[in-house]
Amino acid sequence: MTMTLDLHSRTAHELRDALRSGETTAVEIAQSYLDRIADVDSRVMAYLDLWEEYALEEAGALDERLAKGEDPGPLAGIPIALKDNFCTTHGTTGCASRILRNFESPYEGTVVTRLKDAGAVLLGKLNMDEFAMGSSTENSSVQPTHNPWDIDRVPGGSSGGAAASVAADEAAIALGSDTGGSIRQPAAFCGCIGMKPTYGRVSRYGLVAFASSLDQIGPFTKDVEDLALIMNVICGRDPLDATSADLPVPDYSESLGREVSDITIGLPKEFYTDALNDEMRAKVDAAVAVLKEQGARVIEVSLPHTDYGIAVYYIIAPAEASANLARFDGVRYGFRHPDAKTVEDLYKLSKSEGFGREVQRRIMLGTYVLSSGYYDAYYLKAQKVRALIRQDFDRAFEQCDVIITPTTPTAAFKLNEKIDDPLQMYLNDVYTNSANLAGVPGVSIPCGLTDTGLPAGMQIIGKPFDEETIIRVAHAYERNRGFDPGKPPLE
Amino acid sequence: MEYEPVIGMEVHVEISTKSKVFCGCANEFDAPPNTHVCPICLGMPGVLPMLNRAMVEASIAVGLALDCTISRWSKMDRKNYFYPDQSKNYQISQYDLPLCHDGHLDIEVGGETRRIRIRRAHMEEDTARNVHTLGSGESGVDFNRCGVPLLEIVTEPDLHSAEEAHAYLTALKQILEYLDVSDCNMEEGSLRAEPNISIRPKGSEELGTKSEVKNIASFSGVQKAIEFEIRRHKKILDEGGAVQQETRGWDADKGLTIGQRLKESAHDYRYFPEPDLVPIVVDQAWEDTIRETLPELPLPRRARIREAYALSEFDAGVITATKPMADFYEATLSAGAPPKQAANWLMGDFQALLSDSKTEIQENKISPEQLAEMIALIEDATISGKIAKDLLAEMFDTGKDPKALVEEKGLVQISDAGELEAMIREVMESHPGPVADFRSGKHKAKGFLVGQVMKLTKGKGNPQLVNKILDEELEKT
Repeated sequence: MTMTLDLHSRTAHELRDALRSGETTAVEIAQSYLDRIADVDSRVMAYLDLWEEYALEEAGALDERLAKGEDPGPLAGIPIALKDNFCTTHGTTGCASRILRNFESPYEGTVVTRLKDAGAVLLGKLNMDEFAMGSSTENSSVQPTHNPWDIDRVPGGSSGGAAASVAADEAAIALGSDTGGSIRQPAAFCGCIGMKPTYGRVSRYGLVAFASSLDQIGPFTKDVEDLALIMNVICGRDPLDATSADLPVPDYSESLGREVSDITIGLPKEFYTDALNDEMRAKVDAAVAVLKEQGARVIEVSLPHTDYGIAVYYIIAPAEASANLARFDGVRYGFRHPDAKTVEDLYKLSKSEGFGREVQRRIMLGTYVLSSGYYDAYYLKAQKVRALIRQDFDRAFEQCDVIITPTTPTAAFKLNEKIDDPLQMYLNDVYTNSANLAGVPGVSIPCGLTDTGLPAGMQIIGKPFDEETIIRVAHAYERNRGFDPGKPPLE
Repeated sequence: MEYEPVIGMEVHVEISTKSKVFCGCANEFDAPPNTHVCPICLGMPGVLPMLNRAMVEASIAVGLALDCTISRWSKMDRKNYFYPDQSKNYQISQYDLPLCHDGHLDIEVGGETRRIRIRRAHMEEDTARNVHTLGSGESGVDFNRCGVPLLEIVTEPDLHSAEEAHAYLTALKQILEYLDVSDCNMEEGSLRAEPNISIRPKGSEELGTKSEVKNIASFSGVQKAIEFEIRRHKKILDEGGAVQQETRGWDADKGLTIGQRLKESAHDYRYFPEPDLVPIVVDQAWEDTIRETLPELPLPRRARIREAYALSEFDAGVITATKPMADFYEATLSAGAPPKQAANWLMGDFQALLSDSKTEIQENKISPEQLAEMIALIEDATISGKIAKDLLAEMFDTGKDPKALVEEKGLVQISDAGELEAMIREVMESHPGPVADFRSGKHKAKGFLVGQVMKLTKGKGNPQLVNKILDEELEKT
């Protein structure tokens, strides 16, 4: 038997090649990841629901198919884990919330089906901020997740479990969701790649909704080639999602290894202000210099309504959430308070005990901004400003092909550091939420370590449905950055 | 003081599409509880709605039939409120941009035509049904109805009497049935009418405070509820009081309305655009395609049928009351029946058979061709009109062809003069009294003799021939 020790540290495309060449088997790969999880997850605490037996069974079935000469698909044998807000018919789908604890979905989301059809081996469900509301994964009702680079620090959020699992080699690829930065920010904090595709590029059917007009599913990967690999599987029109775009999906692997000499990079001046930590700024500057060396042109652009992004986001997202989360009422499924005697009590008690503080705060915010007498001043105004933010991007993209910014103003902060100050927590999304408001795609890619050994992330934002160019630029950077970001010191 | 009632009408119609409005579940009444449900209509976490195209098309058809403007661009909205008959605790509806708006419907009341303006017609989803009759002190929710497509049709306050409200509902229902978009069954809840009523001093332009009445299960109930409300408002105003804006429920047994909810406690529905659905764009081409498929509507069809077949206004109205009836009538004519005779049979004996057996004309066993054939048998004197009545009943029960039945039962009329003459003589011989009476000038006696002849022929004697021969025989001395 081949030594399985190192399999978990490989990328998905390396695993794919190893599997196809006969070097290893799907079962060995799955076992290597399960061993790794057994080793480190008591410290990282990324997993909420681990599917050990299921993963080995699926891997075994794949090995049988491979032995028969069948092609089980582009993700054959790749261990993939999912954020806890993906509906799966195996295991539980709890959104890290008490109100959905032990909830078993009667159906499977579109993206989950696509992964399975592509041969992926699903490992389980990953921690998150409750209902994806948060930037540190501390709002999980189950457990906090720890940053693999520094166990005292947060992994970011809300897809903190997904980012940490990939960074700690507990999954080859993980899928998360991004409503205001919930993929890109944790990817930056954990030193992996995280992409939020264009709104409408990936079906949301089976993703438990937080803010429907902002939510988008996206992947966490170890390198850009894996990003292309997974994007080829999850993107495309879904007849079950009216907001999924009916546009052809390119083969993203064709964006790999290409030149960037015809690319113009825009640096939005509104992002490079005093709020940005010097060290982070230096990392992004150095990364842009790498692309410049490769022939890319760099210009300054303006996104004049950037300052309003957070305010607009914290009106629209809670407004939609207040309706989306209304269904969790203890009537049909989920947590039902045992003391409820009347219908009204049933609602009040189940929701008061079922939802955590941050979720309740956002439901109240959203209810308020939609209320009669406040709608025009808040929700409607926010929608108008949202249109201006979208227009900012349209105008900027008349001059450039991609926009590059830092993903976050600082590197990962410490657990409990910001949990009592929601406004400070909200400011974590300052560089990421405008891409959600505008619906444009963005990726965070590691661009070095700070002096204290924490990952820094560079954000590359592209035109709507132009994930190809983002992947091309990201890959050019990754090939030429001249350093290996390394692995977190978990050992 | 003399008052003028001002009435507006909200009608919710369940559109009979094959599947529900946002999912693929069957849209069917009367299935066992919670058998037509799926994750989407149950509002499970993570599901998304997909708007049923057939619902949009049916709604546009109704809008066009009501002379509405069809919005080139409209959207769905979320209407937020908590109730266990909602799976999501919001209803997907249309708020500020309805699919259809600014139409009208002409109604006839007391020989006058009145134009009732339609403010809007918008799409939404029906709620589940709460069941409180489980007997265990528990309540159940049946989600079969949750997500059934509803069209809400709202008038301007253009109605001024209970009678006009009734006429409006009748005309609206007729159009919906002609379009074949709904069962329009008030008892089953596929059509729900909610009038709002206010009164004002005659001649005043200002609107009074209105009350809205719910839970009405029939058109006559609507009429009675409106009449009750007009009386109630009058009494309050005459006594110097003020009408409260409120929602009231109709108690059909007691014949009165009961206050349910004051305006002050009205919900704040916190409407906002449904982010899970894309805008509904209806271009001219789509609208035209639907317009082309519209059937001939009740009013024009009535006028055409009246003129083309020289029917009375009344007959044309009855014939076109429902589309299946009008279709049946015209199919009977196509099969060769004379218009007046076809109308008489359809409105008379045939209608009685349908009513007595509670059968819809489109589900009955007689085809238009068979009815035309039966009428032809009368026309060519094969059978008498009296025999035809029995024959029609037999056809209605069995669905057999009239010719076959006539042969099978030996119903062919006796038109053989010699045969009839012999029978008439027989009757005259056995009833010398009436014969003598007739001959002495008591002409009424003839009726008795005809009856006896028909009895002897078992009803099959050709009536004209029997009369003629009898006359001849009685003339002889």
